Amino acid sequence: MNHPILSLNQINKSFGPIDVLHDISLQVSAGEVLCLLGDNGAGKSTLIKILSGVHIPTSGQILMDGAPVAFQTPRDASNRGIATVHQFGGTFPLMSIGRSFFVGAEPTKGWAPFKVFDRTKANAIAVKAVQDFGITRIDDGDRLVGGLSGGERQSLAIARAVYFGARVLILDEPTAALGVKQAAHVLRIVNQAKKRGLAVIFITHQVTHAMAVGDHFAVLIRGAIAADFKKGEKTREEITDLMAGGQAMAELEAEIDHQSH
Amino acid sequence: MEMIRAFFSRPAAASILSLIGVIVFYVLFGGVDLINLAAAASWMNFAANLGIVAIPVGMLMIAGEMDISIGAMIPAGSITTAILSGYYGLPIEVGMLGALGLGVIVGLINGILTLRTTVPSLIITLGTLVGMQGIVLSAAILLTGNASIPVKAPEWAKSVFGQLLGNGHQIIIVWWIALTIALAFVLHMTRYGNWIFALGGDKVSARNAGIPTGRLTISLFILSATSASFVGMCQAILFNSAQVSGGMGYIFNAIASVVVGGVLLTGGFGSVMGIFAGTLTFAIVNQGIYFTHIDRNWSNLIIGITLLVAMAMNESFRKLALS
Amino acid sequence: MTIGTNERSGGLGRLARRPETGSFVGLIVAYVFFALLGGENFITAPGWSSWLNTAADVGTIALPIGLLMIAGELDVSVGSILPASSLTVAIISGRYGLPIYIGIAAGLGVGLAVGFFNGLLVTMTKIPSLIITIGTMFGVMGLTLGFTILIVGSTGVFIVPDPHTKLLLGDAIGGMFQVSIFWWLGFIVLFYYMLHISPWGNWVFALGGDRESARNAGIPTRKLTIQLYMLSGFASAFVGVTQVITFGSAQVAAGSAFIFNSIMCVVIGGVLLTGGAGSVIGIVFGTITFAIVNQGIFFSGLDPNFGSIIIGALLLTAVLSNDSFRAMALNYAAKKK
Repeated sequence: MNHPILSLNQINKSFGPIDVLHDISLQVSAGEVLCLLGDNGAGKSTLIKILSGVHIPTSGQILMDGAPVAFQTPRDASNRGIATVHQFGGTFPLMSIGRSFFVGAEPTKGWAPFKVFDRTKANAIAVKAVQDFGITRIDDGDRLVGGLSGGERQSLAIARAVYFGARVLILDEPTAALGVKQAAHVLRIVNQAKKRGLAVIFITHQVTHAMAVGDHFAVLIRGAIAADFKKGEKTREEITDLMAGGQAMAELEAEIDHQSH
Repeated sequence: MEMIRAFFSRPAAASILSLIGVIVFYVLFGGVDLINLAAAASWMNFAANLGIVAIPVGMLMIAGEMDISIGAMIPAGSITTAILSGYYGLPIEVGMLGALGLGVIVGLINGILTLRTTVPSLIITLGTLVGMQGIVLSAAILLTGNASIPVKAPEWAKSVFGQLLGNGHQIIIVWWIALTIALAFVLHMTRYGNWIFALGGDKVSARNAGIPTGRLTISLFILSATSASFVGMCQAILFNSAQVSGGMGYIFNAIASVVVGGVLLTGGFGSVMGIFAGTLTFAIVNQGIYFTHIDRNWSNLIIGITLLVAMAMNESFRKLALS
Repeated sequence: MTIGTNERSGGLGRLARRPETGSFVGLIVAYVFFALLGGENFITAPGWSSWLNTAADVGTIALPIGLLMIAGELDVSVGSILPASSLTVAIISGRYGLPIYIGIAAGLGVGLAVGFFNGLLVTMTKIPSLIITIGTMFGVMGLTLGFTILIVGSTGVFIVPDPHTKLLLGDAIGGMFQVSIFWWLGFIVLFYYMLHISPWGNWVFALGGDRESARNAGIPTRKLTIQLYMLSGFASAFVGVTQVITFGSAQVAAGSAFIFNSIMCVVIGGVLLTGGAGSVIGIVFGTITFAIVNQGIFFSGLDPNFGSIIIGALLLTAVLSNDSFRAMALNYAAKKK
């Protein structure tokens, strides 16, 4: 059995008087996909921001390889191998593939102060990385990212994360804006990443996509983990009900609250 | 075919075509003698003064910000030089450092305010524009009693910043070319340049990628304000005097040059070559008309049409590049 | 744990959170400041007429500019529409002696036509409105200059309007208060109705909030945009008309100050540059504040050149405090129970 690469232990997050996350405990191991399901407003984006180092938890622990860590900045998180890919790729549509791939970590040649961006090398590496993931359409690193399809852009972002040594891949709604064929493409790449030994946290509200790649599922409702189960333990209908049920429960609670004042 | 596609994908494509188009128009319909035009200094002087300001403004735009305070920084540069070295008789080095230092300070203010508040840079620099206009005018009147201040620079300063060569060509043309080459190198060949494109493309992603976006933004504002005061400084040295007015025209002229040059108003796309060609286009339209038999009063109309046509081309070419 | 609703919505609290409050506070501060400096003259007729006259001109243009900004667009061509319309009136009725109402109609027509052209280009291309209107600004400037020189041979034209027209458009009551003030007040009422009472106004906000969603909701976005630009063209032309009637002459170079001045009035008044928020009352407060500073400086004994510095500082302070007021308004969110 794998030791988890990343664990969250009783994580709470509040912004002033507002509690957003309550006692979140999760873990994910290498070669495993954890699907985090939840509707909008469940606290997914805050959780992602905590995992990627944008926010600091109010209480609780983050552990990597069993040891506690604290991320002060997003750079801290990415330096430790946690890569976050956002819904719209986080790539730069008006840049070439080569440049976009290496933003912030541009390869250079020459000597200071005349260090020049090594375009040929950047293009070659970027194209190879993407092709290794099965996207053969891309062969010219000078083409603009905006000319790629949504699925290709996601793939580029994932390939980038893997190239830069990500051990944990956090995918934020990667298939939300994609059609069926492109979504399938991205899911195939998620499987590839999994096979390469990455731990993947796949955040989505689309149950079918989650079930296609997930080994392990957690349902997030109103800032807390409402359910936690492995692949095969629940059916698609049960999961959908769970996610919807959370909503109905909240409405009921609010109604009762309101009436008793 | 690939080469043609590659050309049209470059941000500079439309501006190069516009430049050619305008020259052809003037030759065919204006009866311009190309040799005459090529040798003339007026449009090159115009282009150089505008160009030194336009390139940093363009780089800021690529980074997703705007700076219109340059309209007040040009006279600020010349007045500062003239007050310090003309009125108070301090050595010219002090006057020059004063002018450039003022540019650094105003650039810092612009940058810090843009970073620390949610106010868009267009509004911030509108505020500094108006404020600096007042400061320049007040300083001139209060300190010297005049809106026009004479200054006589020593020989070495005049030859480096303010002399006329050849056919009346101002030496600032050399500075312009040098700045263009230097900034083209920085923007297109170094990683800092990539950071500028990233900043303009997606600020949050750029920051998450570890780019020091704050420092980068402030540096660009400092570059822009200082370039403007540099132009003012050179003008004071060249003409032996400084005026409090003048400079407002540069605002729209620079934006037009930059935008014709293929820079995207919303940031993330553009090139120094394009800004260079855009500036030349603007200068040729504006000054070249004197070499035609077209009434010069129509020059603004031609600028307006050129701007709109160039923009339409830019839109189509960008769509092509993204396909 | 449930999320509660805000219960501290006391009357004063709600007032404080309205976006106009910020600009009103700024207005009071500016007025008090210049009243203290300018004394008797400033708080009586000479002072009031002075800033009201200024406010009327820039304010008439600021109203549609503000609406355009709420809708997410900019218009800098106002600076060249104004002299174009003045010159049209002066040339047609002064030079060629046609009846004044034809001259005025033509002047206003010029504004409407340029506005229509702006709106058309903005909706038909993906070119940002700032750039389009810079282009039309240059174009109209060129046309104005070209035609004026062609017809008249100089950059200025004179006209002697008849007393009846002067009364309606160019006179000053008591020698001090320009008639244009009343036209401005009329426009305020009209714009208030259009933006805040009629459903059309809601469309303007929707357009600035999210153009795509607005179109999907069935709002005729193209027609709306064109209408907005025609309004700003009309307003600039109108001010051009009143100016030529008031001063008896039209100059090619007039009007450029209005570009940035109107933007300042609008921004000080709380309109967001990014669109989707603002109010007519706010724009009016912003205009008055601007006018008070712009004119008050002359009553204060301070060096007039300080006026620009104060305006610059005022602009930045106003925008920053508007931001805080807005943040307060938005942040009255759920409390923990």
